[in-house]
Amino acid sequence: MTHPPYLYPPYKSTVLRAPAQEPVMPKLGPDSVELTAPVFGHQELGRRDHDLTVQHSGEPLGERIIVTGRLLDSAGRPVRDALVEVWQANAAGRYAHLGDIHPAPLDPNFTGAGRCLTDDDGRYRFVTIKPGAYPWGNHHNAWRPAHIHFSVFGTAFTQRLVTQMYFPGDPLFAFDPIFQSIPEQRDREKLISRFDMDTTVPEWALGYQWDIVLGDTPVEAQ
Amino acid sequence: MNAASPLTPSQTVGPFFGYALPYDAGPEIVPAWRPDAIRVRGRVLDGAGEPVPDALVEIWQPDETGEVHRRPGGLVRDGNDFAGFGRCGTDPDGGYWFSTVKPGATGDAAPYIAVLVFARGLLKPVFTRLYFPEDDAAHAGDPLLGVVPAERRATLVAEREGERRYRFDIHLQGERETVFLGF
Ligand SMILES: [Fe+2]
Repeated sequence: MTHPPYLYPPYKSTVLRAPAQEPVMPKLGPDSVELTAPVFGHQELGRRDHDLTVQHSGEPLGERIIVTGRLLDSAGRPVRDALVEVWQANAAGRYAHLGDIHPAPLDPNFTGAGRCLTDDDGRYRFVTIKPGAYPWGNHHNAWRPAHIHFSVFGTAFTQRLVTQMYFPGDPLFAFDPIFQSIPEQRDREKLISRFDMDTTVPEWALGYQWDIVLGDTPVEAQ
Repeated sequence: MNAASPLTPSQTVGPFFGYALPYDAGPEIVPAWRPDAIRVRGRVLDGAGEPVPDALVEIWQPDETGEVHRRPGGLVRDGNDFAGFGRCGTDPDGGYWFSTVKPGATGDAAPYIAVLVFARGLLKPVFTRLYFPEDDAAHAGDPLLGVVPAERRATLVAEREGERRYRFDIHLQGERETVFLGF
């Protein structure tokens, strides 16, 4: 099983939110509605939506990075014109969200939300700053490894995927129940981006590559 | 790379998507003033019956005639075109709402709206369907409702709250746990 189970008690919020009943499969599987997905257009996105460093009057603090990769189906074919949305903490590990009470500074020049459509090659690309690690209340001394949240659409509603991209070598992986909720180590590693010198732009920003592979669904058969 | 399973694993949407994913036009698939508009509302609840204030509900549906529209317009609505996609973050009471049209039937299925829920504490989303109470005659032959145990079938059928108004609560867990789909 690639995906985490619903119930993973080390991540406490799963305990009262994980469905307990077996999922039900319609007699004929997903139907024609569920096997299609919404289509989004360039005219619906803002010109600066993919660059999280230019959405305010000044530049955000932190390490400027480029995050790019390809959105693929399980056969390795590019998924084109797909909506990719991202959100993340700032360099200090604080979200521009009213509910975030971590006593780290907000950055007036960083909101941390972006979106783009994949190109003909299935490629997405964001310019942003490297997010900081942040504490959360799950257990004593709980810290999330640095991550960028991703939301992607495929060509079927059943392929809808929300996940998190991590950075190589993070010392917090071993202590993070959200990362560890994925049963197999080889599957966890699929969420770790790769530092890439070819993506890195001289005198400007470090580059990371991370491909996303959609299945029939995030809740695929075991 | 593991050739057997190349899929990217799911992770929770977490608690902090609220400033990034919901958008103003998200719940209003058609303007509420349209005479054919219906209103769907409900709450997302956990296993203790407590509201889930940090859930994201998405719906996807065909138009009144059962046609699935595959064209842009789900993010920026122009008031005329129907895109069929809606998104609503839950409020502090776990509440969500949509203004849409009642979908037409597709294939053998009774009319339904596809519903997807993400939340903090959900490591992967739950899929379900919202069916309409006035279609009970068509429910007997529906490919999903037909395989759902009779005592759980009601969790998939919205309640009628008034003229063109429906209520559909989503119980993630507990005695009234909503039927979730295995895909
Ligand atoms: Fe996060």
